[in-house]
Amino acid sequence: MQMLPFVPPIVVQMNRFAPVSADFSPVVEGGAEFMPKLSKTKRGSRAMKRTSEQMKRGLKKVSCLMAACAVLAAGALTPMAATAQSNGPLRIEITDGVIEPLPFAIPEFVAEDGGASDFARSISRVIAADLASTGLFREIPQDAFISGVTNFSSPVAYADWKAINAQALITGAVSSSGDSINVKFRVFDVFSGQPLGEGLQFSGGAGGWRRMAHKVADIVYSRITGESGYFDSRVVFVAESGPKNARRKRLAIMDYDGANVQYLTDSSALVLAPRFSPQGDRVLYTSYETGFPQVYVLDVATVGRRVLSSQEGTMTFAPRFSPDGRTVVYSLSAGGNTDLYTMDIASGQARRLTQAPSIETAPSFSPDGSKIVFESDRSGSQQLYVMPATGGEATRISFGQGRYGTPVWSPRGDLIAFTKQNAGRFHIGVMRTDGSEERLLTASFLDEGPTWSPNGRVIMFTRESQGETGEASLYSVDITGRNLRRVLTEGAASDPAWSPLLN
Amino acid sequence: MKHIAMTALFVGALAVSACSNDRFGNGRFGGGSGDFVAGSPSDPRSPAYFNQTIGDRVLFAVDQSTLSPEAVQVLTQQATWLMENTSYTAVIEGHADEQGTREYNLALGARRASAVQNFLIDRGVAPNRLQTVSYGKERPLEICSDELCYSKNRRAVTVLAAGAITS
Repeated sequence: MQMLPFVPPIVVQMNRFAPVSADFSPVVEGGAEFMPKLSKTKRGSRAMKRTSEQMKRGLKKVSCLMAACAVLAAGALTPMAATAQSNGPLRIEITDGVIEPLPFAIPEFVAEDGGASDFARSISRVIAADLASTGLFREIPQDAFISGVTNFSSPVAYADWKAINAQALITGAVSSSGDSINVKFRVFDVFSGQPLGEGLQFSGGAGGWRRMAHKVADIVYSRITGESGYFDSRVVFVAESGPKNARRKRLAIMDYDGANVQYLTDSSALVLAPRFSPQGDRVLYTSYETGFPQVYVLDVATVGRRVLSSQEGTMTFAPRFSPDGRTVVYSLSAGGNTDLYTMDIASGQARRLTQAPSIETAPSFSPDGSKIVFESDRSGSQQLYVMPATGGEATRISFGQGRYGTPVWSPRGDLIAFTKQNAGRFHIGVMRTDGSEERLLTASFLDEGPTWSPNGRVIMFTRESQGETGEASLYSVDITGRNLRRVLTEGAASDPAWSPLLN
Repeated sequence: MKHIAMTALFVGALAVSACSNDRFGNGRFGGGSGDFVAGSPSDPRSPAYFNQTIGDRVLFAVDQSTLSPEAVQVLTQQATWLMENTSYTAVIEGHADEQGTREYNLALGARRASAVQNFLIDRGVAPNRLQTVSYGKERPLEICSDELCYSKNRRAVTVLAAGAITS
């Protein structure tokens, strides 16, 4: 075994983000009811409740400051042709499937001391980039501003922001002391002339400044859309190099936006399809380290890894964690036949879930852990099936033209994303968990391997270009099929897997 | 490297042969190449003969793992060679073209490798001399994105290794 390059622990110590932290709960159905829980607000819990109520009212009043929420709450499966009308001044026009992004202004955060000015600038830029990248928000350029914000505590000149049609205003301030920084921010609903929720602050090591920015953006996103965000998250993927017939692959991890890339393995052995644990602390992947593909589990903080199962004469691949992180479901091939198994990680005890001469692979648990969706060619071609997590009778859910593979259950539980191959093209699509309401979100020479953002709003996948110079890269698209974007990586990249929101 | 250079030398002479040097397979093979460079493709006991004159690989139709008549012919000779040269073991690699998802292609490659393994065992090769591995679509030989290349990538390659039988 070769030595792995040293990778420092990735997680910023969020418990040092005192005195106020945001505690994200999972999105509930009809996410519009979701509110971030604010802990340790200055005025205590009674004030907090009130604030929460105000925020709810605020949200309803400004309706779709917020039309984001109309789209989001609908699971986005409803046609987008409807126009979100509201009587209030704040709204997002939804016409012909195109949302009019909500205009927001984010003046450069106030640097409260000399050491904070670079952070103040960078943090406000990352927040703006996060929000704009969703396609739901549009940043108003700073040169359009009528007034600036030079003091975080000064009253907001609503008229000046209204005049440039900024519907949301985000202000903030950064201070530094030694190696730590403190970030304060507020969000304002400009047209109703009041704050949208309480001001919050984070503090922590200066090295974690991007995470603080992502945290702020997540809170802004959540207050405006009524749904949790996904910016403070990471993506584990396969970094690729070399020509198509001698591709080298290594595991890498990065922030969701492509920043802070770190490598988890070297490229001495072929590695495939990493998957995060529900806690984000471990990664499952397939490696040819021994010459034969086997599933490994890797600890992200220490990069220590061990083979999950190695049974002579078999190969294992396509692993995924159960929602409680204790069980792995995977494919095992023996004698040319591929079936599904689960393994209890602690005891190493394996259980066979399928017994068929067909190919059963690409399993994924439902978020409640009760079911598994997988692909099988038992009908003669690749199709999607759902069965109990303990095995048993499987129900076919895909019936459209073409072949279906790599199903992944959404973290909200309502949709299954998949790869579809039809008439020489590949698509990423989503369907309800019973197979109804199938919609294709992308089309290209080769799209495959969807992974869900922590809030079930965005799907990231691999897109490979055609021909001798063909190369893989990462793309994201939201579940309405809008906002297709390339995720910038240094080199070629494939097999992304999104982490949960970090804590 | 010496081995690769040598096989390259014979490619012209063997242009009629259905098979060709396996760039990927040779990488594995290279480790023990010092032991058998004495043999050339015309020496029936040499791995070069196995790889080139008999053919170390068979090809498959789209999404299939059944052996074609051509494949049966090649594998029959492979079996004979393996029976006569018992100091070699083999790893059978199953591969797929790029038209398919990663996991499915791994499973498909496993089927192809297994089809070859079963055939060789049926013809008398000791099961403990044969291992299988699937590379799915991870190791294409040809890199264009059309059927010309795909047809060559849908393959199972019998990669010889020198060494006594274990277990």
